[in-house]
Amino acid sequence: MSSVKKKFENNILKKIFSSHNLGDLIFERLTLLFAVSVFLLVLLMGYEMYLGSKLSIDKFGWSFLVNSTWDPVQEIYGALPIIYGTVVSSLLALIIALPLSIGVAIYLAEVAPPWLEKPLSFLVELLAGIPSVIYGLWGIFVLVPWIRTDVEPYLSDKLGFLPFFRGAPYGFGMLAAVLILSIMVLPIISSISRDVLKSVPHSQREAALALGATKWQSTIIVLKDAKSGILGATMLGLGRAIGETMAVTMVIGNRALISPSLFDPSYTMASVIANEFTEATSEMYLSALIQLALVLFVITIIINAFAHLLVWSMSRKWKTA
Amino acid sequence: MEIKLSVKNLDAYYGKNKVLNNISLNIPKNKVVAIIGPSGCGKSTFIRTLNRMHEVVGGTIKGEILLDGEDLAKTDPVLLRKRIGMVFQKPNPFPTMSIFNNVAAGLRLNGVRNKKKLTPIVEKCLKQAALWDEVKNNLDDSGANISGGQQQRLCIARTLAVDPEVILMDEPASALDPISTTKIEDLIFELKKDYTIVIVTHNMQQAARVSDYTAFFYMGELIEFSDTKKMFTSPEKQQTEDYIRGRFG
Amino acid sequence: MNSKYFYYKRKLTSSIMMLLTFVAALAAIIPLVFIFYYTISKGVTYLNLDFFIAMPKPVGEPGGGMANAIVGTLILIGIGGAIGIPVGVMTGTYLSEFGNNKFVFLVRFLTDVLSGIPSIVVGVVAYTMVVLPMKHFSALAGGIALGILMIPTITRTTEEMIKLVPHSLREAGLALGIPKWKTTLAIILRTAWKGIATGVLLGLSRAAGETAPLLFTALGNRFWSTNIGQPIASLTVYIYDYAKSPFEDWNQQAWTAALVLILLISVLSLVFRIITRSKYKTN
Repeated sequence: MSSVKKKFENNILKKIFSSHNLGDLIFERLTLLFAVSVFLLVLLMGYEMYLGSKLSIDKFGWSFLVNSTWDPVQEIYGALPIIYGTVVSSLLALIIALPLSIGVAIYLAEVAPPWLEKPLSFLVELLAGIPSVIYGLWGIFVLVPWIRTDVEPYLSDKLGFLPFFRGAPYGFGMLAAVLILSIMVLPIISSISRDVLKSVPHSQREAALALGATKWQSTIIVLKDAKSGILGATMLGLGRAIGETMAVTMVIGNRALISPSLFDPSYTMASVIANEFTEATSEMYLSALIQLALVLFVITIIINAFAHLLVWSMSRKWKTA
Repeated sequence: MEIKLSVKNLDAYYGKNKVLNNISLNIPKNKVVAIIGPSGCGKSTFIRTLNRMHEVVGGTIKGEILLDGEDLAKTDPVLLRKRIGMVFQKPNPFPTMSIFNNVAAGLRLNGVRNKKKLTPIVEKCLKQAALWDEVKNNLDDSGANISGGQQQRLCIARTLAVDPEVILMDEPASALDPISTTKIEDLIFELKKDYTIVIVTHNMQQAARVSDYTAFFYMGELIEFSDTKKMFTSPEKQQTEDYIRGRFG
Repeated sequence: MNSKYFYYKRKLTSSIMMLLTFVAALAAIIPLVFIFYYTISKGVTYLNLDFFIAMPKPVGEPGGGMANAIVGTLILIGIGGAIGIPVGVMTGTYLSEFGNNKFVFLVRFLTDVLSGIPSIVVGVVAYTMVVLPMKHFSALAGGIALGILMIPTITRTTEEMIKLVPHSLREAGLALGIPKWKTTLAIILRTAWKGIATGVLLGLSRAAGETAPLLFTALGNRFWSTNIGQPIASLTVYIYDYAKSPFEDWNQQAWTAALVLILLISVLSLVFRIITRSKYKTN
C-alpha cells in the first residue's frame, strides 16, 4: 500500500518537473484522479462493509463462519448453512455447466463455419445479457413447476435410494437453483473459453493436423495449450454463481438448512442479503447481514483476481511466443 | 526416374479468389524440389495443397494431385498427412509437451503408446534432425524452451517420427539465424536419401544449394520447372531470368 | 491390423466428439429460446398503451400500468450514467494514454476484479454510504450503486477503443505541435467516441437490468415520483415483487414488465449495433 502511494507520488513529481505544458499536466492529473478514484472505490467498499459489520464481527468473530444457527429472533448469527448453500449450489452448477460450456467453446472456436459462428456467439452473449430477475421470473413460473411435476418425481422414483433425491417434491429448492445457475454461468464460461481457444495460434492446429491428427486430436492439443485460460474462465463462472442473487433467491426456497437432498430448500449468502436486508430491524441483525456481504466481497475478489491473472498470463504467453 | 507426386491442371482458390492457375508438374522420388518466386506468387498455397492443408483454412482446389498414382482428393487427409509431413515457416513445437513428447506426438496420435517402442524412434529422429547431441540430456524440458533453430529441428524430428514418404517445408529457415539455416540445409541434404522433399524458399541461393529441381512461380502461374543447375545458369524464360538476376521481387 | 483398428477408432471418436460439441451449442441456445418464448407470449397479453402511461392499480383492480417504473428505471440509469460515464471514460483514457507503470496495471486489474463483485454487495455499500447517512431510501442511492456497477464496462471499453486508434494519428497531432491533452481530446477521443459510446450503452443496458442493488437503495415506490431524494420505482424491482406475489393478475404484469424491460434493453443494444456498424463502415 505505502509503496504504491510512494510510487504514485514519485510519478506525479516526475511529471511536474518534466512537463513543459500546463495543459498536459492538468489533463494527466485529472484523468489520474479518476483512475485513483476507482482504486480507492474498491478499498472504500471493503472499509465501509468492515465498519458496518464491526458489531457482528466483534461479537461472533470467526465462529460466524462455522456456527450453524441463523436466528434473528434470538440474535444468533452463524452463516454455516448459508455458506454451505452457496458453495453447493455454485459447485453443482459448475459441474453441469462446465462440460457444456467447453463443448460450446470448442464448437464456436474450432468447428463452426464462420457464417454460423457469428450468430451463435451473438445468441450465447444474449443469454448472458438477460437480466437475472427475468431468469428468476421464468424460474418461478416455468422451471419450478416442471421440476415439481416431472423432474423430482422421476428422480425420486429412479434414484430415490440415494440421499440426494429424497423428500417431498416442492419444486423450489436446491435443484431449481442449481439448474438456473448452470444456465446463467454457461454463457460466461463458454464465451471466455472461446476467446481463450482462439488466442492459441493457428500454427498449433496445423502442426497437429500435419502429423495426421484428427480434428478432435488437434482440438485436444489446443485445449491443453489453453488449459490455464479455461481454468480462469471457469473461476469467473464460479464467481458469478456465488454472487448471483435474484434468480437464486426466487427459486431456492430460502431456508437456512443443511440437507443432502437436492429437493430441500436452501439459502445462499446473496439471497439472504436480498431477502432480509430491509427486514433487519436490529443493529446486530443488519451488522450480521453486512458481514455476510463482506465475506461475499472477499471471496469473489479472491476468485476474480486469480481468474483474471490466469486469463492474462495465458494471452501474454502467446503474445511473446 | 520414379514420380512421387504428380500435379495435373491444378487451380486453387480462397473463396472466389483464384490464387493458382493451371499448375502441372511432376515431383520425382528422393529428390529435393525447390519452389521459388516473389511473395504472393502462390508458392505457399501450392505446397499446402500437396497435403491438403490448404482446405484447413477454407481453400478449395480444382484439378488433380496424385501420390504414387493415387488421387489425393480420394484419400482421407488424416492418413495422407501421415505420408506427407510438413515443416512450417515459424517453428511450432507444442509448448505443453516435453522435447521427447514433441517428437513422439505424431506416433502417439496414431496410437503408439508404449514408451519402450517410442524411445528408440525418438532418439533416431532427433539424431536424423541433428539435434540429439544438443538435447539428449534434457529430453523432459518443454519444447518451447530451446532456441528458434533448435525448435525448427525439433519440428523436423517430429515430422520424421511419423515416417512420412514426402516432407514439405514451407520456408523452414526464414525465421532463423544464418548458423541455424546452414544446419537445416545440411539436414535437407542428408534427408533426401530417404525422403522426397519439397521446399518453398524466397532465398535463391538456398534453392541453388539444396535442390535438384526448381520451380519458379509468378502470379499464381508456374513459369518454369527444370533442373536446378539449368535453371540458374540458363533459364528458358525471360521472367525467370529477371527474377534470378534480382531484377524484381 | 492394430493400427487400422486404431485409425477407425480415432476417426469415430473425432466424429462423435465434434457432434457432441454441436449438441452442446444447441443445448446452450434452448434456454434462450424458452425464456424469450415465455416472456413474449405471456408478456404480450397485458402489453398495451396503458402499461406505458398509467399507474399501478391496487390489488384486485385489473388493468393499470407501470409508467412510474419505466420513468424510474430511466432516472436510475441516468444517475448511474452521470457517475459511471465520466469515471469510466476518464479512467479508461488514463489507462490507455499514460504509460504502463505498476499503478496503471493495478487499476486495470482492480477494474476487472470490480466487474466480478456481486451487484448485491455494491447495493450493501450504497446502503451504508448513502441510505444510512440520509436515513431513508432514495433514487440517488440506487443510482450510485448502478453507477459503480457501470464503471468496469465503460473503463475497459474506453481503454480498448483508444488503443485501437492508430499510433500515426497521435504522432500526427503531436508533430503539429499540438499539446498531448488537445491531441487526446480533439483527435483520439473524437476518433474513438463511437466505440466508447457502445461501451457506455452496454453499461447502461446492463444497469437497466439490475435488481439486487436496488432492493434496499431505491427500494420501490407505488406512486409517481421523480424526486431523486425519495424512493423510486423500477421495472426490475416490480418484476421481483409481482412475481413473488400470490395474485395472478400481478404475476401476469410481471411478465409484461419483463417484456418491456427486454424491449428497453433491445432498443439500447439496437442503437449500440447501429453505432458499431457505422463505425466499421467508415473504417
